[in-house]
Amino acid sequence: MTSFNAALNAAPTLCPPPALHFAEVAFSNLDKTLFGPCSFALEGAGPTLIMGPNGAGKSLLLRLAHGLLVPTQGRVSWSGDELPRQAMVFQQPVLLRRSAVANITHALAVNGTPRKERRKLALRALERFGLAACADTPARVLSGGEQQRLALARAWVLSPNVLFLDEPTSALDPAAIRAVETAVREFHQRGTRIIMTTHDLHQARRLASDVLFVVGGRVREHAGADAFFSTPASREAQAFIAGELVE
Amino acid sequence: MEDNAFYVALSLLINLDATLFQIVWLSLQVSLLAVLVAALLGFPLGAAVALWRFPGRGAVVVALNALMGLPPVVAGLTVYLLLSRAGPLGEWGLLFTPAAMVIAQIVLVLPILAALSRQKVEELLGEYREQFVSLGMSRLRMMPTLLWDARFTLLTVLLAGFGRASAEVGAVMMVGGNIDGVTRVMTTAIVLETSKGNLALALGLGIVLLTLVMVINAGAYMVAELAKRRMG
Repeated sequence: MTSFNAALNAAPTLCPPPALHFAEVAFSNLDKTLFGPCSFALEGAGPTLIMGPNGAGKSLLLRLAHGLLVPTQGRVSWSGDELPRQAMVFQQPVLLRRSAVANITHALAVNGTPRKERRKLALRALERFGLAACADTPARVLSGGEQQRLALARAWVLSPNVLFLDEPTSALDPAAIRAVETAVREFHQRGTRIIMTTHDLHQARRLASDVLFVVGGRVREHAGADAFFSTPASREAQAFIAGELVE
Repeated sequence: MEDNAFYVALSLLINLDATLFQIVWLSLQVSLLAVLVAALLGFPLGAAVALWRFPGRGAVVVALNALMGLPPVVAGLTVYLLLSRAGPLGEWGLLFTPAAMVIAQIVLVLPILAALSRQKVEELLGEYREQFVSLGMSRLRMMPTLLWDARFTLLTVLLAGFGRASAEVGAVMMVGGNIDGVTRVMTTAIVLETSKGNLALALGLGIVLLTLVMVINAGAYMVAELAKRRMG
């Protein structure tokens, strides 16, 4: 990842990072409340790690924040006049049935990048994420780790103000996990606000600036990473960090 | 020997029978053109029905599915009435021309292509939807992406349409008229020879038609399989 690229890195200077507000947000389906209602604000530079047991509503929270789901109650809003540019990396990367480079040029085409520049930008992004050799390989025959890096490269060219990641490493081996975490740090250094879910405590310790702890569809705790890991306030968080089974 | 259908088919092919080749060529032209036009209309239509939610969408889906089984003679009759001298499009003077046969086959093939592509695109959309919404794509922008990414399955759909077009006899008979040298195609020739009692010739023509369809299908199958394996 030494090929620092001026054009790509110069892109966004974001200060202050956009703040996310949940106001009494709830999401229900067929009269069953799956998330909330709850209110919180994500301010500061992040990265914010969303933690909690399986089925706690971490992914739902992420999808509500990103706008993939519309809350059935309450309001999700961002600071500032304009909606921040957002991108999302999914647990299972969704890749088009095309070559790796075409997956990126497609995203660039969607966001209105002139045709002439697309391939050049895409190849640079692939190089940055160590995929230069696979540019013309069909995306769906890449390994799991390569696919996730491709998804990150695709998010990278979009220069998002906010990047959501939903358990991006849960199906990967340690080397691939390290690559993803490095990428996440690079996004963060470039000024992208990171909001990420994980169930991996170690990963959260490595990456988090603050932690949002979710249980049973509600935010139980929101604290700085050091405070959360050393002195969790809620009983559930204590149990979770101690490695007990939380429901 | 002359009564053997395989012998007749073979000798027709070996002797490069001019009439036969004219008939085969016209059959191919009519059916391929019909499938091409039907694809240009039907694939976007199918994708649109997959993408948009509108009142009466269920009815449209049911209608498309049901029209896949439209009897060729009914399609032929409809086009016949439209194109006949007294019909609304009578001025075009298309009845009993290859153009009329193409139109009739488009009517037959369009519902197949639209209904099946609707199904395939909807499946793909289920897989891609969140990524598309995340990228901020409009439904209109999703359409070409989905159609391109479904290209291998759509090739199979195209074959189903071509099979329907090349095999039917009712519609081309009604609007084409089976005129020797003008609108005679494989299927109408087979009907004619059968009614004349030339069973061996009729069967020979049938074997030629079947071989042709097989070759086209085999080619398309190989292309699709190769591409699928390459694209994962």
